[in-house]
Amino acid sequence: MGRILIIIFVILTLGLVALGAIHQSATAPASTPEGAVQDMFINVQGHDWHSAYSYVAPASNVDLQNFTKDLTGRDGSLRTYSQLESVNTRTLHQSDDSAVVRTELKYSTAVGAFYDTRDLKVVKDNGQWKIMWAAEKTPAVPPQVIPVNYLRWDVIYRGEGDDWGAQNVENPRVRILSMNPTQYGGDLILMGEVENEDTVPAFVAVEATLTGKNGQELGEESSFDKTSHVLLPKEIAPYRIDFPGVRLSQVKAANMKPNSLLVPASADPVIGVMHQKVEKDAKGRTVLQGDLVNESGQIVNIPHVMATFYDNSGKIIWVTDGYVDHALLPETPQPFAVSIPEQIASNLHSYRVTVNQYSLNRQE
Amino acid sequence: MRKLFFIALMIAACCFAENRANGAELRVPDHAVAGQALSIATSGSGEGTLLLIGPGEVIKHKIRLGENVEIKGEELKHAGRWIAIVRGGSPQSQVFWVEPGDPDNLSFLARPSRVPVAHPGVISGVAFTFDKYQNLVTQPTDVTFTLSVGGTTASQKVTTKNGIAWVRSSSAKKAGAAQFVAKVGDVTVARVVQQVASDPCNLRMHIAGENKDGIKVQTDAIRDCTGNPVPDGTIVTFIETDNTGRSVVDARIKKGIATAELPASQKAHISVASGVVLGNELNVGGGE
Repeated sequence: MGRILIIIFVILTLGLVALGAIHQSATAPASTPEGAVQDMFINVQGHDWHSAYSYVAPASNVDLQNFTKDLTGRDGSLRTYSQLESVNTRTLHQSDDSAVVRTELKYSTAVGAFYDTRDLKVVKDNGQWKIMWAAEKTPAVPPQVIPVNYLRWDVIYRGEGDDWGAQNVENPRVRILSMNPTQYGGDLILMGEVENEDTVPAFVAVEATLTGKNGQELGEESSFDKTSHVLLPKEIAPYRIDFPGVRLSQVKAANMKPNSLLVPASADPVIGVMHQKVEKDAKGRTVLQGDLVNESGQIVNIPHVMATFYDNSGKIIWVTDGYVDHALLPETPQPFAVSIPEQIASNLHSYRVTVNQYSLNRQE
Repeated sequence: MRKLFFIALMIAACCFAENRANGAELRVPDHAVAGQALSIATSGSGEGTLLLIGPGEVIKHKIRLGENVEIKGEELKHAGRWIAIVRGGSPQSQVFWVEPGDPDNLSFLARPSRVPVAHPGVISGVAFTFDKYQNLVTQPTDVTFTLSVGGTTASQKVTTKNGIAWVRSSSAKKAGAAQFVAKVGDVTVARVVQQVASDPCNLRMHIAGENKDGIKVQTDAIRDCTGNPVPDGTIVTFIETDNTGRSVVDARIKKGIATAELPASQKAHISVASGVVLGNELNVGGGE
């Protein structure tokens, strides 16, 4: 009896292992355009690129390698560090042999969820629904020499053997230029701008402590990634600090603390923000969009856009940010867009966009 | 019985006299200085031990009672309250004070290490005077502070209070590495206070070139209000506004000027700023 049980358990275990090893793969022809899109992205989620590619219409004129790169990202961009989390599809219109399917993709990344909405054209090819995949046009940067001779700052700190009276290098002087508390939904948001007033680069983090009506501490938060941390001399950066679940009426005082450290830094790269415009996107939302242009000779892997919005009195009414999931190639425009809440858009008078950058091969 | 009591009393008196004859007496100097030799007189006879207990230090010597004990200067390093104890016969102790020696070291704190030009009272210097053995010299001593940059020198003599002298000074109008020196006797300690340019002043730009690809804008040489060049690497923001939207380039000052390439436009408004300082504005296609 015991031997039979052992044999049963071994068979069961092997069966479960075999089941687990089988990737969720669906290459069966889809009966609907939406089904084709769903099936393709299920394979993408499972990193089964061959199966996913089987849903691409041959007329798309895209090879497997480029198709895979479109989905996995290039040049160390944010997309290369992301994982497709969920797919929502909706057929916008359909005929006998073609359809347009709106596809909302949600990627999980190290900096939070990233959303991508595509209107995919689906066509019938030999009786099967296939996706017309519009391959990303990757601009080829022509061979050239881009002279980069910006200065960099190196720092020699005080050593162990120095006389105790010898001064260390001073931390940079930074100043909070403005702070505006705003109630947004159930959260209290402190936003404003901070300036590096010094002649050396500064690593800046803004911290805020809220004090309640009875003098009790309501919370302490920092700007985290809602600011540019490395500020070059005379650079002004927006900051935003969120206090979830705190109401403005509860707050008696907010103690702001801009911390600064002297850090080695480079004046390169310069990223231009061109053709900024507030417009409506395909979903009817108000967005600020434009193009980022990397004027350096090196690739900027992960651009981070921060936008500050002002009312007609010059007061900051909103600070928002967004990561761009494509790397910035030298001298090549890359579009970006950040959404603006409708109640902010109605009071919006002007705006300012700054760009952080994270690069893999760059030494600060 | 009376005779017996008398004999016992006599023995006790002899013992006391013998003890008193061997007992030590200490005479410590009124004025002792750290690092200088010291002589301590003892009385009595026989051998004994001299212990000198001071701040962070204990000195032990085998001595012959009745002779002077010489303490070498290098043994007596610490200023402060000392106790001399002689053991041998009846123990004796004396308290004496050791004063610090002449100033031989200077600790000089200069703050800050970097300061904008033409700011009043922003530089501070604090000097602590020490002797050869790092005792704080509390006697009033003159310390000379000198701040020199670009050929101009300002000097001030300050007398220490409790070993500390301090001075507050304004930054000069000229940028550069200021030598901040504190001097006591032959001892000199120098620090460097970097005096840097202040905010840009009278920021002006002009069109340096225009073609179908873009408009090249360039600032004049950027200086602060006292004429010092603003350091390279400082951010200068150029903003172009036209009917296609707004384009912004955060250029860096390079060799004293900032340059940016903005998108081509038939009619655009261009402004320039550095930090909170605004510069001039230009209208391309519509005249300045």
